[in-house]
Amino acid sequence: MSAKSATLAPESRFARFAAEYAHSKLAVAALVALALIVLLALFAPWIAPQNPYDLASLDLLDARLPPGSHAPNGMTYWLGTDGQGRDMLSAILYGLRVSLYVGLASGAIALTIGSLVGVLAAFVGGRFEQFVMRVVDVQLGFPAILVALILLAVLGKGVDKIIIALVTVQWAYYARTARSAALVERNKEYIEAARGLGLSRARIVLRHLLPNALPPLIVVGTVQVAHAIALEATLSFLGLGLPTTEPSLGLLIANGYEYLMSGKYWISVYPGIALLATILSINLVGDQLRDVLNPRLAR
Amino acid sequence: MSTPAAPLLEVRDLATQFTTRDGLVRAVDGVSFTLERGEILGLVGESGSGKSVTGFSILGLIDPPGRVVSGSVRFDGQELVGRPEHELRTLRGRRIAMIFQDPMMTLNPVLSVETQMVETVLAHDRVTRAAARARAAEALARVGIASPEERLRQYPHQFSGGMRQRVAIAIALLHRPELIIADEPTTALDVTVQGQILAQMQALVRETGSALVWITHDLAVVAGLAQRVAVMYAGRIVEQGPVGAVLDAPWHPYTRGLLDSVPANNPRGVPLRQIAGMTPSPGQMPAGCAFRPRCPRSDARCAEVPPIVTGPGRSALCHHPLEAA
Repeated sequence: MSAKSATLAPESRFARFAAEYAHSKLAVAALVALALIVLLALFAPWIAPQNPYDLASLDLLDARLPPGSHAPNGMTYWLGTDGQGRDMLSAILYGLRVSLYVGLASGAIALTIGSLVGVLAAFVGGRFEQFVMRVVDVQLGFPAILVALILLAVLGKGVDKIIIALVTVQWAYYARTARSAALVERNKEYIEAARGLGLSRARIVLRHLLPNALPPLIVVGTVQVAHAIALEATLSFLGLGLPTTEPSLGLLIANGYEYLMSGKYWISVYPGIALLATILSINLVGDQLRDVLNPRLAR
Repeated sequence: MSTPAAPLLEVRDLATQFTTRDGLVRAVDGVSFTLERGEILGLVGESGSGKSVTGFSILGLIDPPGRVVSGSVRFDGQELVGRPEHELRTLRGRRIAMIFQDPMMTLNPVLSVETQMVETVLAHDRVTRAAARARAAEALARVGIASPEERLRQYPHQFSGGMRQRVAIAIALLHRPELIIADEPTTALDVTVQGQILAQMQALVRETGSALVWITHDLAVVAGLAQRVAVMYAGRIVEQGPVGAVLDAPWHPYTRGLLDSVPANNPRGVPLRQIAGMTPSPGQMPAGCAFRPRCPRSDARCAEVPPIVTGPGRSALCHHPLEAA
């Protein structure tokens, strides 16, 4: 796939991109897995055999049943039940929903804030840029988990609170990436040409510069979404973050932790596998995106 | 609008300098020239002679750490130096257009040709998108691009180098500007494509009545295209005048040296003649005539600022001009 063949045989940018992405079988498998996970999470209310949030449907007598057990009403607990008699399969599907929602929402907000701040810093320059980038340096100097723990200790529990905490620890990555991408793009001739055509500054930044600075941001974005999901799981495991009524994967793992030693492995292990599969597939997709979007690697 | 007698573009003593780690660098140092409506001026010089910076200075596109420090640029009677950015913006692309050297770089890779052309039309004219699109298609057809409707939907990477430069030229011509500044637009192209584009450009400016400043290092291009030529060396115009007169009988030793370096003017099998020495680095400009250290005719007098030698429609900056009166 040389860049030249594209000029000979006109095909869309997307087709070229897809063909390059498909070079790695592993990456394609990861993308399929990720799509499946997202679909499962999206349609959880229709797929899940039980609504794990509906406390009335839970029966404490069914607590900690091993995988494959049957409920009195005839339903099978394929992955067993947890300490409250919840069907693990349903809990995992709903947990995926929460984890992905938190990861994607915080990723999207952090991407928006970070890239705007970064591009602005690159364009305004001077003291503003200095100030912003020093804040970014300080922010990145602290371990993310520490900052998030302190924030959640102050803010309390809740989906919105954990999104605020994740955005706070992640915007700096996007800001740094966006600034460097914007600095590179700013000096390209097409920006000069756009100025020579008399286009407005806002239009040049938003319409011409930002789309060209997007590839590195997408790559950072996928990796950061995976980080956000892992961080949220960690925080929930530690008992901060999400309320127990809306268990995410991290909380499910935490719930089963105390039973691990007594051989009731399924309460922790299955959510753990789901979490692992999610993060791994996102990272593999992100790695391949980075390779495909990186102009320095041979195409 | 001013009186028709005023020239379209009048540049007087333009000086642009850049602040670098090694101190101030005068990239353009007292450049003066005028351009009538519909006239084609070839601005010739080596890399680093300040020819591109002159073009950018006219449009007010010099960014910090550079700035225009003195002089005046009058376009159609209006002073452009010191004008606020938003006023310059209404001129750029509409009355003064710029074409850049590398067609690979001047088109935005992520936007379709249609988007880029339509937004250029809409930046200056209040017309509907459909009307803007029709104008874009018409402009593409004018620069010799077949099936413009289809090509509009494509992205820059689907065009060849020559085609891309045609698109860039079509964009520049969208508003039928009175002045086009072309910064080495054919340098990156094949010789055959270069010839086609030059011929087309000549026809187009004749048709639209645009004046053209063609910045290049290629004397052959200037000889075929321009009516007047200005030769730049180290930030100054050392010689200017009608193309025929200047290229046939240059006054400035530097112009002579440039002409002698053209391979076609050299006998076969003999090592090419070249100008001795190197372009002086901007931080260490010799006092007086900047060409002095490389000039075969230089003597002690050349350490003083050279006088302007004038003749019919032409001038040179030299103590010892060739063949001058």
